[in-house]
Amino acid sequence: MNPLLEVRDLVTGFGSMRVVDGVSFRVAAGETYALLGESGCGKSMTALSLMRLLPDGGRIVSGSVRLAETDVLALPERDMRRVRGGRMAMIFQEPMLALNPVVKVGAQIGEALALHRKLGGQAARDTARGLLDSVGVPDATRRLDSYPFELSGGLRQRVMIAMALAGEPQLLIADEPTTALDVTIQAQVLDVLRRLKAERQMGMLLITHDLGVVAENADRVGVMYAGELVEESARDAFFAGPQHPYSRMLFEALPRPGDGGRLTTIPGQVPPLDGSLVGCRFAPRCPHAFVRCREESPGWQAINGQRVRCHLAGQLPAQDMRDRVAHAASAHPPQPLLQVEGLKVHFPIRRGFIQRTVGHVRAVDDVAMSIQAGRTLALVGESGCGKTTVGKALLRLIEPTAGRIALGGEVITANNAATLRRQAQMVFQDPYSSLNPRMRVADILLEGMDALGVGAAGQRRDAVSQLLRQVGLPDDAGGRYPHAFSGGQRQRIAIARALAVSPRLVICDEPTSALDVSVQAQILNLLKDLQNDLGLAYLFITHNLAVVEYLAHEVAVMYLGRIVEQGAAADVLRAPRHPYTQALMSAVPRIEPHAGEGIIRLTGDQPSPLNPPAGCHFHPRCPHAQAVCRQIYPDRTGLGGGHWVRCHWVAGRHPDFSKEH
Amino acid sequence: MSFMPVILWTDRLIFALLAGVLVLVWFIRRHEHLRAPWRLVAQRPMAMGAALVLGVFVAIGLLDSLHYRERLADSRADAPQYSVEVLSVFDALVNGLRTRQEKTYSAPLAMQLYAKEFVERDGATVRDYPRLHYGGAHLTHADAHGPDIARRALVGLAQGLAVGLLLFGLLAAWQARRTQTHMGAWLEAWATGRLGWPARTVVLVLALMLLLGGALIQLASGYHVFGTDKVGQDVLYISLKSIRTGLVIGTLTTLVTLPLAIGFGIAAGYFRGWVDDVIQYIYTVLNSIPGVLLIAAAVLIVQVAIESNPELFDTAAARADIRLLALCLILGVTSWTGLARLLRGESLKLRTLDYVEAARAFGVSHARIISRHIFPNVFHLVLIAIVLDFSGLVLAEAVLSYVGVGVDPTMYSWGNMINGARLELAREPTVWWQLGAAFVFMFTLVLAANLFADGVRDAFDPRMGTRR
Amino acid sequence: MLAYILRRVLYAIPILIGVNLLTFALFFVVNTPDDMARLQLGVKHVTPEAIERWKVEHGYDKPLLLNVQAQGSAQFTDTIFFQHSAAMFAFEFGKGDDGRDIGNEITTRMGPSLAIALPVLVIGLMVNITFALLMVFFRATYLDLWGVVLCVVLMSISGLFYIIAGQYFIAKLWNLLPISGFAGGIDGFKFILLPVLVSVVAGIGSGSRWYRTIFLEEIGKDYVRTARAKGLSEVRVLFRHVLKNGMIPILTGVVVVLPLLFMGSLITESFFGIPGLGSYTIDAIQAQDFAVVRAMVFLGSFLYIVGLILTDISYSWVDPRVRLQ
Repeated sequence: MNPLLEVRDLVTGFGSMRVVDGVSFRVAAGETYALLGESGCGKSMTALSLMRLLPDGGRIVSGSVRLAETDVLALPERDMRRVRGGRMAMIFQEPMLALNPVVKVGAQIGEALALHRKLGGQAARDTARGLLDSVGVPDATRRLDSYPFELSGGLRQRVMIAMALAGEPQLLIADEPTTALDVTIQAQVLDVLRRLKAERQMGMLLITHDLGVVAENADRVGVMYAGELVEESARDAFFAGPQHPYSRMLFEALPRPGDGGRLTTIPGQVPPLDGSLVGCRFAPRCPHAFVRCREESPGWQAINGQRVRCHLAGQLPAQDMRDRVAHAASAHPPQPLLQVEGLKVHFPIRRGFIQRTVGHVRAVDDVAMSIQAGRTLALVGESGCGKTTVGKALLRLIEPTAGRIALGGEVITANNAATLRRQAQMVFQDPYSSLNPRMRVADILLEGMDALGVGAAGQRRDAVSQLLRQVGLPDDAGGRYPHAFSGGQRQRIAIARALAVSPRLVICDEPTSALDVSVQAQILNLLKDLQNDLGLAYLFITHNLAVVEYLAHEVAVMYLGRIVEQGAAADVLRAPRHPYTQALMSAVPRIEPHAGEGIIRLTGDQPSPLNPPAGCHFHPRCPHAQAVCRQIYPDRTGLGGGHWVRCHWVAGRHPDFSKEH
Repeated sequence: MSFMPVILWTDRLIFALLAGVLVLVWFIRRHEHLRAPWRLVAQRPMAMGAALVLGVFVAIGLLDSLHYRERLADSRADAPQYSVEVLSVFDALVNGLRTRQEKTYSAPLAMQLYAKEFVERDGATVRDYPRLHYGGAHLTHADAHGPDIARRALVGLAQGLAVGLLLFGLLAAWQARRTQTHMGAWLEAWATGRLGWPARTVVLVLALMLLLGGALIQLASGYHVFGTDKVGQDVLYISLKSIRTGLVIGTLTTLVTLPLAIGFGIAAGYFRGWVDDVIQYIYTVLNSIPGVLLIAAAVLIVQVAIESNPELFDTAAARADIRLLALCLILGVTSWTGLARLLRGESLKLRTLDYVEAARAFGVSHARIISRHIFPNVFHLVLIAIVLDFSGLVLAEAVLSYVGVGVDPTMYSWGNMINGARLELAREPTVWWQLGAAFVFMFTLVLAANLFADGVRDAFDPRMGTRR
Repeated sequence: MLAYILRRVLYAIPILIGVNLLTFALFFVVNTPDDMARLQLGVKHVTPEAIERWKVEHGYDKPLLLNVQAQGSAQFTDTIFFQHSAAMFAFEFGKGDDGRDIGNEITTRMGPSLAIALPVLVIGLMVNITFALLMVFFRATYLDLWGVVLCVVLMSISGLFYIIAGQYFIAKLWNLLPISGFAGGIDGFKFILLPVLVSVVAGIGSGSRWYRTIFLEEIGKDYVRTARAKGLSEVRVLFRHVLKNGMIPILTGVVVVLPLLFMGSLITESFFGIPGLGSYTIDAIQAQDFAVVRAMVFLGSFLYIVGLILTDISYSWVDPRVRLQ
């Protein structure tokens, strides 16, 4: 059978760089081919090359792209426009930006219908409505007249998909289609894509960095590294035994459930693509590399149906197993470090003629938690649930509306903020915006010590080099500016900055979500080592459950400003009781097949905290909602061992458990 | 002493500004991340060519800012008396241009006056165009006029070329030594544009200026290159003297706006709340008054103040200078709002960035956050605003002087030149050279400033254009 | 929405008061009526009696803020501030030095000003957008590069030059149009043509360069890539998607100056002898007629604030993101 798409030796240049270098692959009709790789490996550029939509400055140097019988690269631009959006459609990563903000959804879909199917007027409208229906947009007729900003991220991505389907494409290219979405929404969108592919017998090119997404959606996998394809195989074979050292290391860098050991990290960085690269591009970072790897670029080799570009194909030692040690028992006796009660952060909503306060956004509503010294509490939730606000309110970066915060037994008020600042510090999400580009690294580290008067002035310089060593940066890093460092290194600097005032609690706000998997592993290992060495406590704010399992001792799950379930990590993650936690857990795409448990798919989106539903905030999406859920916010139900949930359903099923409070 | 130095107020500020710029250059050279964007500017041919032209203008302006009064020849040594005329080093350099005054209008490069008069010729009195006192006075026959102009122009061009070649040779030798290559290799790299800096453009612009300068000097020694004005003064001289006025308005005004714009803009964006409300109120009020009217009102008032206190100024130059300074102040006070609004917006954005939050988590003081985190990260916007506003201010001077609220009417400025000459356009035949010269000089300066500003803007902030 | 507009209107009042106080300070405190009289009378005629007479004639013989000799509310009303500054809120501008009623002058001169300014705005907008779109269509080619350089060159030419060159070549040398003047009705057309042409040309450089950067900013956004991925042609992408988004900042920038069109253009009107408010203002400045300048300052501020309010309204009109939230 002829493949639907055949790419041969595609080379795409960007100035003097070859961002895609000799990539070949095929996609059959009805098949999902996943291009897997970390940021900057050239996977998006490959997709844009196929569509001939490269940004200014990019150009296709050589190679061929055939879509069925058509030589795509040879088409004149006029004919290419019929292919683009017609036979081959693409959806993009950022649904917030990828739709025209001032054109109605129906008109944006209609444009593609008019172009490729010559539909207009009522016919176009009906077809567009049908498309919206098919991608699961509720109330499609009304949505046709909506503007994109009126839709949530998940709905926008569905509109994007509907638009791509308008031309009835044979091939759908999905470039990180769910990366910007929350896990529960990601699961919904991936379901839609899977269903549509099967219904329409489309070929799909799925571009992603997420092994879990690949495992659940792809038929075949191609791994890209530094502009080249380095491994290709069927999904099951790939997940049973990846052959390229890079693929293997990607697996081992991934935190997985039931696994507390150190993560494998990939040392070094992706080589710059401008120079003439000799030998295997992965050799400088490969633990198995030998002389030949550095001199000769490996060709394709086949092993049991898998293809790999590695001189050691098939000869690699059996899968390296990480040393699976359990959480190192903390050497420090547990003592409560942070205690929070009744924390509230309300933002006033002002409306009307004199800007009267008409209500409050309850970003954080009555949150209580405690963290022991030397332990990690993970605060988990989807975007907009208020978890970052909790972190900032604890440090008084946002003034809390109410609540009692005690640190090391001392109640924190506005007057003794300095005590707080010496004991608690923060690491931020985006390593690019968290370091001032105009300050040297040493000055960045000194800032906190100077402001809080930590240590004698003369000794601070020594403290800087000590800190740099501690986070694994070279000594000369202090004299350089942040732009000289990669994302992972910047995050190390940010951690060193927090440590500069020797805090006992570090609030980590999604510290790895902007990083690639291999770099994430380095940072997670570092955080763990620092905890063991210094007895730090962490409040780890994240949406990534895999990371939680790796790092946390305790977990608190937040939904719309409130904690709905809390307990020891093992209890909450192994046996989640709140329906929301359960749905969250089952929505995470996993490498291993889901064992037994039924997959719970949430419908709809998280409601706006502006106007949360009455009763239990979760009831509109809850599969177990009853009458009482719509009226009364549930109390805590203790489940033993410090594990509790706020859920009427759980409480009803366990009448024997005592209600706390 | 045969002269007495005179330091006008604007001179003081100009040299203070120059010192400030030099300190800034020194500071930037020591910081790699500040130098990097300037390197980008230096790689842009148009920006570098424009910078050279600007450099010539600035040099003339600076020479013209060293003022003095000459001692009167007949005054006693123990009680010296000085001329009331304030001259500058530049005047001394082009003394010929200044002193060779004709009776009234004469066309460029002419040897005769533009108006007929009764002249003695061969014993009879006839009405004809009289010969000029200086322009072409060395010629005995009118026939020699054309060839003489051509000869002088060619000699000037040749001299310019010679100097240019000499400089180029020296440059090549120095560069070859520095990079330790053969001169031939360097020349080849120069010719093919592989030097890493726009050497071809720089050499070309330099050569062009030398050729033009050579021809101008040669011609100016025998003629009035741009003719003379109504009172017979050399238009080239007036145009050159006007450079300083344009530069002063373009730079000192910005100097006034900066503290206001930076202080108010950052404070409004960083502190928000009532500080923001008050500052926004102030600049909406200022903005809502039509600019020209506000300037006009303020200038009228300054004029009244100056006229009612004549005893404060010992020379006409000092008086005109104070009016110029006042104009800069007024323009500055009325034009800081745009930059302030830009800085407010940028500070609003910066204050939410994680590194500012991190500083707040350490309890770093507001003053320190502003000076270390906010200001260094908006400085490029300030810089871009300075270079972009410059050309607009130079153009504004002409309009204001036309309206009658610009510089003192006795001051040399392109605005005054245009204002004085525009009515003469109705004359038959037209007196066009005064206007022409003013426009050409103004255009050259403004174009160079605009091209340079473009280079600076692109290097410092490629997306800047949309934010203004 | 209505509450929002109402709030904006109320916010305008303190600003107008601020403008009023500022002009009052400039015209009467820094620069006392005595100074004005001296300036008006000229050096030769300055005697204390002449000054007093001038002040009485022009109504400046009262105390500035508080009239202690008057009774009751007249203590406040019979003052310079109340009669000359506060009265402007009721659009009572008084008389100019030439004895004519300023309010009357304003109403009769608005028409000619508008006859020039409105066509300049509309034609200029169309011409500039066309040039900008052309440059954006040919972006990153030599056409674009030299287009930008041409814009910079055009921007670097003084506005006075455009006017003088236009008058000299088109009117004087080639005799195509009258050099200056104005007439009402259909005859006025030939007088309007040259000033409009000159003003439009003078604005091409900065205008089309600015619009170009707006469009370029839009064209770099993700939704444009989406539109191309649909298979739309570059022209359709430009017109349907880029133009529509780019017009938001452009239109709102236009709206803010709409009311100010009544004020006319000082320089153009003065050169072309248009009897509009611009030339009125310039004459007043040159004649140092403080009453007229003051009135024009107030009128200009008032129109600017109207423009700001209209801008807010127009934003919510053209941008659905603002309208529907």
